[in-house]
Amino acid sequence: MLGFILKRIGLVIPAFIGVTVLTFALIHLIPGDPVLMMAGERGIDPERYARLRSELGLDQPLIVQYWNYISGVLSGDLGRSIVTRKPVIQEFLALFPATIELTICAMTFAVLIGLPAGMLAAVKRGTAVDHTVMATSLTGYSMPIFWWGLLLIILFSVTLGITPVSGRLSAIYWVEPVTGFLLIDSLLSDETGAFWSAVHHLILPSIVLGTIPLAVIARMTRSAMLEVLREDYVRTARAKGVAPLRVIMVHALRNALIPVITVIGLQVGTLLAGAILTETIFSWPGIGKWLVESIYRRDYPVIQGGIMLVATVIIVVNLLVDVLYGIINPRIRHQR
Amino acid sequence: MADHYKQAQVAEAAADHAAEVAEAHEAAIIAGAPRHPVAEFWDYFSQNRGALAGLIFIVVLIVTALFAPWIAPHSPIEQFRTALLLPPAFVEGGTWTHVLGTDDVGRDIFSRIIWGSRLSLFVGVIVVTLSLGAGIALGLLAGYFRGWVDVAIMRMMDIMLAVPSLLLAIAVVAILGPGLENAVVAIAIVVLPHYVRLTRAAVITEASKDYVTSSRIAGASNLRLMFNTILPNCMAPLIVQATLGFSTAILDAAALGFLGLGAQPPTPEWGSMLADSLQFVQRAWWVVTFPGLAILLTVLAFNLMGDGLRDALDPKMKR
Repeated sequence: MLGFILKRIGLVIPAFIGVTVLTFALIHLIPGDPVLMMAGERGIDPERYARLRSELGLDQPLIVQYWNYISGVLSGDLGRSIVTRKPVIQEFLALFPATIELTICAMTFAVLIGLPAGMLAAVKRGTAVDHTVMATSLTGYSMPIFWWGLLLIILFSVTLGITPVSGRLSAIYWVEPVTGFLLIDSLLSDETGAFWSAVHHLILPSIVLGTIPLAVIARMTRSAMLEVLREDYVRTARAKGVAPLRVIMVHALRNALIPVITVIGLQVGTLLAGAILTETIFSWPGIGKWLVESIYRRDYPVIQGGIMLVATVIIVVNLLVDVLYGIINPRIRHQR
Repeated sequence: MADHYKQAQVAEAAADHAAEVAEAHEAAIIAGAPRHPVAEFWDYFSQNRGALAGLIFIVVLIVTALFAPWIAPHSPIEQFRTALLLPPAFVEGGTWTHVLGTDDVGRDIFSRIIWGSRLSLFVGVIVVTLSLGAGIALGLLAGYFRGWVDVAIMRMMDIMLAVPSLLLAIAVVAILGPGLENAVVAIAIVVLPHYVRLTRAAVITEASKDYVTSSRIAGASNLRLMFNTILPNCMAPLIVQATLGFSTAILDAAALGFLGLGAQPPTPEWGSMLADSLQFVQRAWWVVTFPGLAILLTVLAFNLMGDGLRDALDPKMKR
């Protein structure tokens, strides 16, 4: 098992190095002078120009620059935002919990609906239920989620007035940030009602962000379930008189879940990317919105550091999924 | 993600079609003569009602895009100052001059959507051409020569796959600057690994077969072996991926347009039309609804057709 984990970590290191090269190259591939680009139309005086250049290390040889960059990355120093002057890592850590909270809620929504829907479709294969689930999930998979979010806002926020349009919490509450997760912080604070406000704010963004993973999970569950239901042990279980529901829930589901868990894990990357769109629509103060704004402002250290950090998170999550997969499925672990 | 989605699709399609295919195969044996491949393909494809619906929608879309100047009732950028935020014709207060209403500066939404179909199809064609071309070249190199070429190319693709596509596209646009052309380049780069992987896998399978060995012995050059002997037999999965690639390209371009990183105003691109509409969500639903519906239907049509093509082209499911 240890060997398996070490091998997986060994595969991750080149990917990580690749990401650092990519984000390092980012600032050097900008056509023209990055400092002038950052200054934009405002222009820049020669003294500030020289200072920015040496601050960004652009006056040194490329290989030295990369070395400085990667040693900075490894010690957690990703430079400072040009706009706010705060360290990039500090801004990231302040905003990341908001994105994680949204991502977890979206994933919960996707799994809670997608898994039963896929199972139902597999069990009722070829019926109207199956066709409905499959058609809905293909529509979900094709959905431009930024539009879907706007439609839900029109329906639930504007017309029905059930949910708020944007933000994480109603302005009348103030909650001390302890964990950064508002659902937890609001319970820790003595503001009654803050928790429900946070829940209300989470509903629409979670549905929007969870839509594509939901569609993928439903399809994957259905096909994994169909595969398993053909197995001999399912037939045996049925033949010996096990209740149909028990055959599905106990005998079939456990084995069908193995590929589904991998897919769920791989969806984390999709979710973090989808968060960029979802956060923009709902003015959700997370890293997605932060990244898009940094592009508008040409705040290159933030773009560079933000992409680096998000990619790292995704690489780590994929590694965890791989290891978890090895734990659940011994066949993978003992390959080769 | 796309890979797993595809696996799921393949598995379920296999389950769904096993019975039908067995029947068709039996019929072919009874009939004796083998059918023409195109006829056989069409038989499989046309059995799939979803795929057929997708195909019809795409044909209509192409015709619309080609004849946009004649179909669209107005210019996409003409501003009707007397008709700002006019609702659609079928709603109270709407007129038939502006079937789907007008936006905040009085541009006809129906005309803008029609002109927008040109941009979306253009994005799809360019992205698929670029990524398919480069993907085939890199995949052939990796799969044919193996060794360090293979390792270098595939590691590179693995790194690209580690970053979510939209994030990577945003990074590329951040480098190149916002705009439709740059968005197209960004998306083409982002989807490249899928084509490379598919081509490489297919090339490796084919390269070990006897017909390749015999052409090699007959003295065919590497280039001839790669492009004339092996490649034609690797096309089926690539055609499917290219069709599905249209939907990804259109969706991602719209997303970039929506974020203000793709097509710039006043270009009638569907995604940037939505970006413009953000502030009118509260009082003009039609400004939001129709461009998004156009994106959804187009993406759905390409996905449906891609599914149908895969079922019809995949030899594993026929035999």
